Amino acid sequence: MKSLGLRRGVNWAMTALCALALLVALVPLASLLWLVISRGLAGLSWDFFTSTPAPVGESGGGVANAIAGTLYIVGIACLIGVPLGVGAGVYLAERGDGPLGGAIRFTAEVLSGVPSIIIGIVAYALVVLPMRRFSALAGGVALAVLMVPTLARSTEELVRLVPRSLREASLALGVSEWRTSLSVVLRTALGGILTAILLAVARAAGETAPLLFTALNNQYWNLRADQPTASLTVQIYNYAVSPYQDWHDKAWSAALVLLLLVGTLSLAARLLARNRFR
Amino acid sequence: MKKLTLIAGLTLALSSAAFADKLLINGAGATFPFPIYSKWFSEYNKLHPDIQINYQSIGSGGGIKQITEKTVDFGASDAPMSDAELTKAPGLLHIPTVMGAVVVVYNLPAVPQLRLTPEALAGIFLGKITSWNDPAIAKENPKAKLPDSAISVVHRSDGSGTTSVFTDYLAKVSPEWKAGPGAGKSVNWPAGLGGKGNEGVTGTVKQTEGGLGYLELAYANQNKLPMVELKNHDGQWVKPSLESVSAAAAKAEIPADYRVSITDAPGKDAYPISGFTWLLVYQEQADAQKGEAMARFLWWAEHDGQKQAAALDYAPLPHALLKKVEKTLETITVQGKAVLAARK
Amino acid sequence: MVLTVLGAAVLVVAAVIVAELLRVGGPSLAQTGLWSFVKNSVWDVTRDVYGALPFIYGTLVTSGVALLLALPVSVGLALFLTEMAPPRVRSIVSFPISLLAGIPSVVYGLWGLFVLVPLLRRPVEPLLARTHLPIFTGAPIGLGYLAAGIVLAIMILPTITSIAIEVLRTVPGSLREAALALGATRWEAIRTAVLPYARTGIIGATMLGLGRALGETMAVTMVIGNSPTIRASLFAPGYTLPAVIANEFAEASGAQQTGALAALGLLLFAVTVLLNIAARLLVRAVRRGPARVAA
Repeated sequence: MKSLGLRRGVNWAMTALCALALLVALVPLASLLWLVISRGLAGLSWDFFTSTPAPVGESGGGVANAIAGTLYIVGIACLIGVPLGVGAGVYLAERGDGPLGGAIRFTAEVLSGVPSIIIGIVAYALVVLPMRRFSALAGGVALAVLMVPTLARSTEELVRLVPRSLREASLALGVSEWRTSLSVVLRTALGGILTAILLAVARAAGETAPLLFTALNNQYWNLRADQPTASLTVQIYNYAVSPYQDWHDKAWSAALVLLLLVGTLSLAARLLARNRFR
Repeated sequence: MKKLTLIAGLTLALSSAAFADKLLINGAGATFPFPIYSKWFSEYNKLHPDIQINYQSIGSGGGIKQITEKTVDFGASDAPMSDAELTKAPGLLHIPTVMGAVVVVYNLPAVPQLRLTPEALAGIFLGKITSWNDPAIAKENPKAKLPDSAISVVHRSDGSGTTSVFTDYLAKVSPEWKAGPGAGKSVNWPAGLGGKGNEGVTGTVKQTEGGLGYLELAYANQNKLPMVELKNHDGQWVKPSLESVSAAAAKAEIPADYRVSITDAPGKDAYPISGFTWLLVYQEQADAQKGEAMARFLWWAEHDGQKQAAALDYAPLPHALLKKVEKTLETITVQGKAVLAARK
Repeated sequence: MVLTVLGAAVLVVAAVIVAELLRVGGPSLAQTGLWSFVKNSVWDVTRDVYGALPFIYGTLVTSGVALLLALPVSVGLALFLTEMAPPRVRSIVSFPISLLAGIPSVVYGLWGLFVLVPLLRRPVEPLLARTHLPIFTGAPIGLGYLAAGIVLAIMILPTITSIAIEVLRTVPGSLREAALALGATRWEAIRTAVLPYARTGIIGATMLGLGRALGETMAVTMVIGNSPTIRASLFAPGYTLPAVIANEFAEASGAQQTGALAALGLLLFAVTVLLNIAARLLVRAVRRGPARVAA
């Protein structure tokens, strides 16, 4: 038997190591946030939010079209992905106890782990090639495919939380099953589903890989669904690997804008969730 | 829920309408001429605000593939397409725009000047010469304080016309290179790091002390990277410059389809790794509006555009060649009708 | 009816992904044969020779480094938050950890390129080189397997940690209390009672983290050096499956290169899907209920 002192020592050491793990995890986060904020703030200007990119080697210009592009592509992704994802989720909760439901649930789980670059390849082959053009639509389709599985699974959970009695009351009043799902069950779970949508949107807005060969990029404003469109993430990538100091500064600033966008969405989702469960 | 969807749909439809009056022409390809192209497209947009030319520098390989697939309205490459590639894109024209030099740059703060023989250059990229103070380098640079540290070779990770010009040169001067990696837009590099685009290679060399890579002259100048002096075909040491690039093109025989290599060109002042860069457009344009706008832009680029070349470190096309290109531009048709001839 | 269609759409999406990958990548795989494709270490576009080994190797090495670094930290962190720290600390810390999970990968790449890589170049890699281990040799370039592995470690840390916390919470309090009642110190209770119970779940969490590391594209492309070679040293530049697809897919000329890239995609797809299935089964077994999708 080891001495009590030794055992206490080991206990203390392991506790210290675990606390150290916390520190190790927080250091990169702190470094990353600090740099994005400090270097990002330094490059922010009015122009940054209102202009399109300047030609190579010229300073000035901004990423206004990329900010709009990200919102636009994500908007298209929502139009496609939200009805699909939420619909599939409601199906799983309401009627998903059979083998088909099991298969869908399992597929959704597995799909949520598929690397996003793979979705990019598929969207290129299915949307870009037949349309003969890189487009916001292709980017939106790729992001929508990424949103569907997560949305489906979280919607299912939320819908399952809706009390059975509510559903039965509606059915007893003679409302059809389909309308019950839509107007009673979905409405009750709406707050939670909105939270899930916001989180899915936040994730989609931060994606780069599936946009590389779908939405491509554009140095002009574009809000036409069938044309190439700029996005913040692709712009950050292009600027980061470039040799120009001015572009590096812009990459940091664009990263700050992206983080603020993603952060606001996640925070909104959290607040929404908190208010609901209080 | 439904209202949201409706509002979003309406917004999309409305915003699309607001942008519909601008003509957007999409192109993609070479990063080698990206600095001048981005200047051209920006200038041209100022002259013709209703025409927007969106150019993405994804590399020459990407330019060739995407114009072949017709996912873009024009491509750009500084590697001429092979016969095999052209059979997949019948009717595609190579329109030379400017000439440039592929320069070898390095990052050694203590060494302001460096000379490399063709053998030494090939040796470095073959991974045979790995240290800066290797005798093969030291012999030609007796005064340089070469460090005893590793050379970090930087090459392209994407299919690149710059790579094509560079490896075309290496294959001409080094039998070992020809038998080994060979010439192409994307070769099997024996050594080094990959950077995406001229931008990426420049960025990596700039960040990496002891780095050495190849890129277009404009990128080296813009980023103030020191350039290696090379020994040319005639055995002379030459620095990359607009003059030495023009000298390389001076004696070249240019075929009717403009697909030509001018690396390792003869001439006392000729810079050995020079090359043309091309825009790739279909002779018969499917879209009437875009086809006409594209032809007019090309005409502008070959005239007013040439005047901006030197300021951005590209060599303008020789006069005789320009006259030939004019004739080619006049053959561009929309629904069988020549666009530029009609203008006259 | 509408609902069933929407539900089935998930299956259709999955089927379309598989069908597309098979259509583009299948013929080239069938032609070269899976095994010779996988074991070929040459990727030579000029000569139309395509081997997957450098990318498989790079993917495994970077993910391996990432796991090696992230696993102890994640488990330590999860233990600290569930077993040791006061609840106040837990609620304060959980926010930054979830923040870490939400940062887009291109921002990690930006940070890696401008902060981590210079740091590795000097002083980290020269210091590691003094150990004279074969994995720490060669020029300290900064870009390479090590940089990619570290960035991946940071990225998968929140994934593993959050699932590990969930798993640890399922450990019945009675187990812990029994050990403590027998006079065990807190660490001994964790080691003898908590960890064995949670082991399966933690393995599942690790596999999900691995799945994320294998498929990560942007951050890795930006710091790995993009060189299709196989080197023992972690300082050397390499390449991964998703990185080569990102770099070459838009420019692949000819059916052969496109096919080879799609075949790489197919490999990546198959591996991540298998890993996810296994991981979810493990985690589900622990939770003993409908599994929730990890954020």
